[in-house]
Amino acid sequence: MFLTDEEKRMRDGAEGDAVAAAMDLLIRYGYALDAERLCDIRNVAGTMTQPSPVKARLVAEGGWDKAFAVINLDSDLDLTVPPMRVPTCQLQHGFGPDSVDIVPYPAANVALQSDAEAFYGRHGVNILATCTPYQVGNLPLRGEHCAWMESSAVIYANSVLGARTNCEGIASTGAASLTGKIPCWGNHLDENRLGTHLISVEGHAVESFQDWGMLGYFAGGVAGEDHPVITGSVSRPDLTELKHFGAAAATSGGVELYHIPGITPEAATVEAAFGSAAAVPAAAVYGPAERRAVYETLNEIGSSTDVDFVLLGCPHASVDQIRQAAGLLDGKRLSAGTELWIMAPRALKVMADRSGYTAVIERAGGRVLADSCPAMSRAAPAGTRVFATDSAKQAHYLPAILGIEAWFGTLEECVAAAVTGRWNGGLH
Amino acid sequence: MSGSVILHGRTVVPGSVEGEALVSHEPISGWGGIDPARGVIIEPRHELFGVCFTGKILVFPSAKGSSGWSGFFQTTRLSGTAPIGMVIGRISAKSALGAVVTRVPAITDLDADPCSVIATGDWVLIDNSTVEVTKR
Repeated sequence: MFLTDEEKRMRDGAEGDAVAAAMDLLIRYGYALDAERLCDIRNVAGTMTQPSPVKARLVAEGGWDKAFAVINLDSDLDLTVPPMRVPTCQLQHGFGPDSVDIVPYPAANVALQSDAEAFYGRHGVNILATCTPYQVGNLPLRGEHCAWMESSAVIYANSVLGARTNCEGIASTGAASLTGKIPCWGNHLDENRLGTHLISVEGHAVESFQDWGMLGYFAGGVAGEDHPVITGSVSRPDLTELKHFGAAAATSGGVELYHIPGITPEAATVEAAFGSAAAVPAAAVYGPAERRAVYETLNEIGSSTDVDFVLLGCPHASVDQIRQAAGLLDGKRLSAGTELWIMAPRALKVMADRSGYTAVIERAGGRVLADSCPAMSRAAPAGTRVFATDSAKQAHYLPAILGIEAWFGTLEECVAAAVTGRWNGGLH
Repeated sequence: MSGSVILHGRTVVPGSVEGEALVSHEPISGWGGIDPARGVIIEPRHELFGVCFTGKILVFPSAKGSSGWSGFFQTTRLSGTAPIGMVIGRISAKSALGAVVTRVPAITDLDADPCSVIATGDWVLIDNSTVEVTKR
């Protein structure tokens, strides 16, 4: 891999041991990718503060410097963490102190994370604490090279914003934060940003939040790690619908970039999405039968209709999603055996508090929680056996992570399940 | 069936290792797909649900899902539950970084589909840019 003189100086230790270790990781990683060179970035979204058993052990052994060296730089050296070289934010992590009486999450993790926030804040990490940095002020521009983790954020940045990032990991974002560099490979290059699979929506129009999520789950299955292009009978989506669509496509497949001609920025037409008219492939049809198959897949883990737990806000909810849930819960009361949590970025929870939505939800017995989610923190209400969600991503992952049953449906069905304690969903 | 087959590819992580193959025909998830404490695949819909990859040469077509992929495989190294090598059908940022931080010999871009040529239980030798498969 070609290195500039500046990068060679970093590798050779001119900027200190930690930067040298970061450059060593980037060189090993660039070799693994067969990348030709690195590119300059100044927008990193990674994770440093999320508690884990390994991290707790490393911090006990050698403090946060040790934990950062091993986990965020993949280095065995004894290093001191320098200030972040480029703007860097912390994605979603564990639950915070205000969740202690609500979420069964170890107090030791809460303490470890608070300590981590203080340490990394001093080193210049912006603690956004959300899987949706683009909802709380980190909005890269079209064409901007970034180093982001979090598959649902990566697909949003590439597809909706037209920024350029691969689906980075903990060590590559750690190395990027100290160098402002990342391998110039994959989604960073023009020639790798074209569509590969055409999906035509026919029959039942995709125009609801639920349908956008199901279409995303289908698109991930069709395209795998490639780039689906969506045409046909779809409405103009909003931020929340594309947030759901992308999270689902990144879950069922490994999609990091898609185009919706006329809507997303890099493809005005189907032909442009594929580079030329001749390159447009035959379409995979997403019709009523395919829609039903996705719905049944997402609901195949459910058998008992007694719902103990309703989870909303994956990826983290917008203020408007919180408002909608509050509207449905206004004047209602949750079933005695059922809990309802809405996950949101802390910055947006403040807005929901201020707008009165949180109070409405809490009067009904529900909660608006920040920073984390049950999947990240492996924490659901005690005794949960069956949960319901409006998120295709959580319906896919949470049964594996917590060993519980899942129902996937609309926001209205989820709120009804929370109020009655019973799942009564169906595809309409 | 016996005899051996040699595949040629591109080195992802340099090194040599030999051992028993565990072959997945489906992509593998890291976060939400494996339990790094036990080295076991936990995705309910997966063909290898409940199967342990510790000490095996993991042969798989690609990585899917969360960007936690590399971190979870790094944790298998730190927990002593890691595979000893990786044969990757199609490389991506997730699997490339995952192989790097697992620090095991890894190879990709082979001249035949490794998930078809190699079967679970076959004896596999990864030597930088070649894979020698002895059928069992």
